[in-house]
Amino acid sequence: MENTLTLTLKVWRQNSPTESGRFETYTVEEISPDMSFLEMFDVLNENLIHSGEEPIEIASDCREGICGTCGCMINGRAHGPEKATATCQLHMRKFEDGDTIVVEPWQAASFPVIKDLVVDRSPLDRIIEAGGYITVPTGSAPDANLIPVPKDAADTAFDAAACIGCGACVAACPNSAAQLFTSAKVQHLNLLPQGQAERWSRTENMVETMEEYFGSCTNHGECHEACPKEIPLDFIAYTNRDYVKSKRKNRNLLGQTP
Amino acid sequence: MIGELQSLIPDGPVDEKWESHKFNMKLVNPANKRKFEIIVVGTGLAGASAAATLGELGYNVKAFTYHDSPRRAHSIAAQGGINGAKNYQNDGDSVYRLFYDTVKGGDYRSREANVHRLAEVSLNIIDQCVGQGVPFAREYGGLLDNRSFGGAQVSRTFYARGQTGQQLLLGAYSALMRQVSAGSVELHTRKEMLDLIVHDGAARGIVVRDLITGDIRSHTAHAVVLATGGYGNVYYLSTNAMACNVTAGWRAHRRGALFANPCYTQIHPTCIPASDEFQSKLTLMSESLRNDGRIWVPREHDEARGASDIPNADRYYYLEEKYPSFGNLVPRDVASRNAKTVVDQGLGVGDMKNGVYLDFADAIARDGEDSIRARYGNLFQMYERITGEDPYKTPMRIYPATHYTMGGLWVNYELMSNVPGLFVAGEANFSDHGANRLGASALMQGLADGYFVLPYTIGNYLAPLLGEAPLAENDAACGEVVSEVADRTQKWLSINGTRSVDWFHRELGKLVWNYIGMERDKNGLEKALSEIPALREEFEKDVRVLGSGDNLNSSLEKVGRVADFFELAELKARDSLEREESCGGHFRTESQTPEGEALRDDENFAHVAAWEWGGASDSAVLHKEQLEFENVPLTQRSYK
Repeated sequence: MENTLTLTLKVWRQNSPTESGRFETYTVEEISPDMSFLEMFDVLNENLIHSGEEPIEIASDCREGICGTCGCMINGRAHGPEKATATCQLHMRKFEDGDTIVVEPWQAASFPVIKDLVVDRSPLDRIIEAGGYITVPTGSAPDANLIPVPKDAADTAFDAAACIGCGACVAACPNSAAQLFTSAKVQHLNLLPQGQAERWSRTENMVETMEEYFGSCTNHGECHEACPKEIPLDFIAYTNRDYVKSKRKNRNLLGQTP
Repeated sequence: MIGELQSLIPDGPVDEKWESHKFNMKLVNPANKRKFEIIVVGTGLAGASAAATLGELGYNVKAFTYHDSPRRAHSIAAQGGINGAKNYQNDGDSVYRLFYDTVKGGDYRSREANVHRLAEVSLNIIDQCVGQGVPFAREYGGLLDNRSFGGAQVSRTFYARGQTGQQLLLGAYSALMRQVSAGSVELHTRKEMLDLIVHDGAARGIVVRDLITGDIRSHTAHAVVLATGGYGNVYYLSTNAMACNVTAGWRAHRRGALFANPCYTQIHPTCIPASDEFQSKLTLMSESLRNDGRIWVPREHDEARGASDIPNADRYYYLEEKYPSFGNLVPRDVASRNAKTVVDQGLGVGDMKNGVYLDFADAIARDGEDSIRARYGNLFQMYERITGEDPYKTPMRIYPATHYTMGGLWVNYELMSNVPGLFVAGEANFSDHGANRLGASALMQGLADGYFVLPYTIGNYLAPLLGEAPLAENDAACGEVVSEVADRTQKWLSINGTRSVDWFHRELGKLVWNYIGMERDKNGLEKALSEIPALREEFEKDVRVLGSGDNLNSSLEKVGRVADFFELAELKARDSLEREESCGGHFRTESQTPEGEALRDDENFAHVAAWEWGGASDSAVLHKEQLEFENVPLTQRSYK
């Protein structure tokens, strides 16, 4: 095959959450530039199995950038060098023959390593559980066209709802903060008329659950840079605004504001 | 032995069956619902919606997924849209028309009663999803937008950009998480169901393996719901996610549940062709592209010129030439088969000559690049990311790929299999799409089953069981299945052969694609029936699974799934051989019209083929459920 790549890979291997890990160095040859990054790992794993070494655990499922299962640090960047691209959609034509590629799991205290490049991201589900829904029991919804939603609001809500929950925002953040994920989830619902009834409790519950698990936001913006869906930072601002408003409303009820 | 299949289709006119059946079903009163345990396996559209709704009703639900989060199920990847007979566009749509189109589109191999119910509840689904905050596309006035999809003559498809599945699943997932928070659903992530517990003739629970710790244990309940998706990965390459598999359904089949119509597979015409041997999966490009793209191949073999240098006279617009009225918008199976024909003739394009062109040059010249970008921008971007080619400048290359499976576990009108207490929902059952599924109908069916059908029908099964405790988890019946699963798991680790699981899966996929793919014939199917078992024997002797069973080990997860694909593939070949007619996604070369179209044989094959496990992969027993068409007259499809 013409124009194939030979690459050196430095890959984090760790057998379990409690054991310490290490970098192992591997070489892969005859990699087609049309291969995806994960297919390159498939080739490496085939080689490892052939030589009797346990294959590297690396998460993926849909391999079309939508399920959010995949994700690792590639040369120090969450999801690698291509902007707006999840690991599974990264292709080897973005690398040069002879490159050394360093591959590590997401690094965040709230995402412990399960094995090799696979981490536990379940705290993200805990944030949703805290309020990432509209209470509409099955069968009780009114006709879908009963409430017009201004197109701009629907479109902006969609921009937030596009989040795939991969955790790259947390991995890229120097503080391991989950503001981008949380605010995308909060604003998807807070921006819609259907989401108003629970707006304030949702905001408080989700933000406070987030704070139980993750670090604080100090406005670096690395999360947005790493996000495969380019979720805008504005949602963090909207969520901060809603959080403050919500707290003020609580004080109102207690008669504490002038 | 199983007697005659009882489909339990209610009497009365088709548009009153569901209403009257709902009234006739037994109810469980609200205070008693908490006395029942229900297991739901799978958290895609069908599973998440079922678990959430059953939890809201007050049942104790345990939901299982092998993913790290319920939101990752493959429903999330559906692009196009969801049908709903709202008639918001005032263009003549109705529940009856959606019903009619679906029965016809399924090539008269589905149950009229089920399909009518599906069309009825399609209205509630759209309301429910909007209520949850699903951001469907809207007009400037703030009302919902619709489009025509997959050749439908009315605009009844609701969509959320090219990510409708994602948004619907996030809606169902949010409803599920609300119940997790309320304590009515106990969520078990990274747990894979590896067997079904059948005791005293009914489904009593499941055996799962914890994918992190390797722990194998049983969970019991009054009823088990499988919402575990389709079997498209039997082809190895498909648009399914890497982990999609048939194991839950197949294990239930081995415990007595009938598997219906495994020959029906939908091959989607517009996917990106494989680029090399290590291709791990195929990516779908939305069918909507066929609205503006023109499909062609060069007329000459060994055409060396680039696409744009080939003059019109040397281009073969084969769909437009053969089907002047539908042109590039012929149904999926027709588009797929024609692509295969031209590629088999050696007219394929690309380095591997394994695709056809989908060309937007005329649309760009007509409407301008900006307007094409507005319509398909994200799809073009996705194509460029994968192939490195710019579809605004050079035509896309596409080829058909396995996309959806219409067959699945046999269920009656109440979505219960022939094993009492075992319910099956979504793509995992067989019931609503016949031999071919219409575009934007998969999401509709998954949510119909989970939100609006199962929550009613499961009560009808549970009501008489009031006062009975579920099987004890330390019962011998559970222990027996747990140790069978543990032995099977250990067996794979001890073979220590020479080839990887993926190698065998790839080889199996090639056999299935070549012999049971877009075209099937007697000769090829007989070959499949000898070559698949031979490869399976080799697999069982020579597969290499490294590592241990007590931590994360994806080779170990895969090996069990591939073993079940081997057995399913054999059944698929037998079913295809037995069905000596062409219908929908099943094309037997021996049964075609003089024009080369699928030719049904309604006299002999207007039935559901439901297979009973006979103790070994080659001894399945066929049961037939005759299909009655009282409302939609049987006609031959024609797209000329």
